[in-house]
Amino acid sequence: MTNPAAALATAKNAGPRVARDRARPGETRAAWILATPFLLLFLLFTVWPVVQSLFMSFTDTRRRDLRTPFAVDFTGFENYARALADPTFRKAAWNTAYFVVVGVPLTLAVALAAAVVLDRGITKLRSFYRLGFYTPVITSIVAVAVVWRFLLQPESGLVNTVLGWFGITGPNWLGDPNWSMPALIMMAVWRNFGTGMIIFLAGLQGVPYMLHEAGAIDGASAWQRFWHISFPMLRPTLLFVSVTTVIGYLQVFEEPFVMTQGGPLDSTLTLSYYTYRQFSFGNFGLAAAVSYMIFLVIAVVTILQFRALRENN
Amino acid sequence: MIDKRPAWVSALMYVIVSLALVAVISPFVWMVLGSLKTDGELRRVPPTWWPETATLDNYTQLFARLNFAQYFTNSLIVAVAVTIGNLLFCAMLGYALAMLNFRFKNAILTLVLGTLMIPGVVTFIPLYVLIVNLGMADTLPALIVPFLVAPFGVFLMRQFIQGLPPDLLDAGRVDGAGELTIFARIILPLLGPPMATLGILTFLGSWNNFLWPLVVAQNESTYTLPVALALYTTGQNQANYGLMLAGACVVVAPLLIVFLVFQRRFVAGIATTGIK
Repeated sequence: MTNPAAALATAKNAGPRVARDRARPGETRAAWILATPFLLLFLLFTVWPVVQSLFMSFTDTRRRDLRTPFAVDFTGFENYARALADPTFRKAAWNTAYFVVVGVPLTLAVALAAAVVLDRGITKLRSFYRLGFYTPVITSIVAVAVVWRFLLQPESGLVNTVLGWFGITGPNWLGDPNWSMPALIMMAVWRNFGTGMIIFLAGLQGVPYMLHEAGAIDGASAWQRFWHISFPMLRPTLLFVSVTTVIGYLQVFEEPFVMTQGGPLDSTLTLSYYTYRQFSFGNFGLAAAVSYMIFLVIAVVTILQFRALRENN
Repeated sequence: MIDKRPAWVSALMYVIVSLALVAVISPFVWMVLGSLKTDGELRRVPPTWWPETATLDNYTQLFARLNFAQYFTNSLIVAVAVTIGNLLFCAMLGYALAMLNFRFKNAILTLVLGTLMIPGVVTFIPLYVLIVNLGMADTLPALIVPFLVAPFGVFLMRQFIQGLPPDLLDAGRVDGAGELTIFARIILPLLGPPMATLGILTFLGSWNNFLWPLVVAQNESTYTLPVALALYTTGQNQANYGLMLAGACVVVAPLLIVFLVFQRRFVAGIATTGIK
């Protein structure tokens, strides 16, 4: 994970750091020797598939064309039109939007809250707590999805047992179309808030102590100092974390695959899952078209971040 | 501190944070304890916390009957190979882009960094077609080769190498060392910190990778751990509950070990990728 906008910004002024008149002997040769292995692998396995995916999305490629991927008919925007007209696709788009629009703010809020508490309230054992809260991030989504399937079981699950202590009868999380998506979001927040927390915590600890002191002398409360001193300085970080989280959540796949298989009643079918299903049915062209739509949304989000960052500078 | 908080407020903070920590960690504890329970105990209402009769049966079955040793080996081979490839190739290109002058340098930089955010879901279909036509379907190299290089590593390496003092290179040049010797003898040994960050992130990413192995590893002999776990926990081949949880433990345990051993580097790496 990294910051694409910042990366592109540095790419713009990529000239030599130390001005020199001409290349040293052997420099060009050495550069190409060092660059070639990466470039060959990169062109073949990243650039080429990106291009071919676009080509495929405008053709009627199916599984039977696997050996002859170029002997297919050009069908223009038919795959895109077919997807957009498919109620299941619309459902998947809606579910993905639901997951992103509810999941991202929740994840950021929990991450920020955890970072603020660790920054202001905890002085001893801070790195111990930070480590603990970060643990879910490093674990395999497939593995934790398996575990959460048990935790969310209506009767023998830990979540409903704990709710029961407070007199709440928990729902049949993964079996009820109204609760399945909230359940997936709950798990996603649990698994992902640690990344944001670490980045926010580093950002908060970078806020000069002097500023807080000055604010306190002027009579600002802790709450006011957070909103008027820490929070504005955290804005670029916040933007970065929200964009990477949005990009990640737009591709949500493993959680519904393992926990619900997209059900019940397609209530957790996501765009990535829809793409995978169409691929499994052998509709390669249609699947490529849907994947390009996901790509387009991600590209727009990334460009918006680039804009926002540039304005900040 | 500016704010003098009463002692009870500080104490309360610790209580709340500790409770939150228990909530965050408890799924893992429950997973480990559950993997030691029998199938019958796992289906009981209300659920038990401590296993009544702890047994390693699930693990024995996992490795003896379900071939998890093979999946584990596959995951390990793939993750190690992918990590080595990324460390080497990204360092090489990162150095060329940071320190050397050559034609198309800016074009390469823009191309590589412009693809930082391309999601796997966009490339997996043509990649599958390519791998099948290369005759690599159902082989471990199919899981390794497409991931040997990644733009993120170039970004990280270039960034770090640009920060090295240029005098280092000049010293080498004065001694008459060739450009490649300078890279191998002077630069590579200095790349410890970015290599550690990139190595850990790449290893974890590969170990947890799911969509691509799911698509391309159709044969049981090339399953990686997440694929095997997902397929044994969904559909007709559903294993029993205890086996699922033991499987989840086997997937997660190496990650936890890598994480705990390298945690400092890890946290530093994550924090710096976000702050520019």
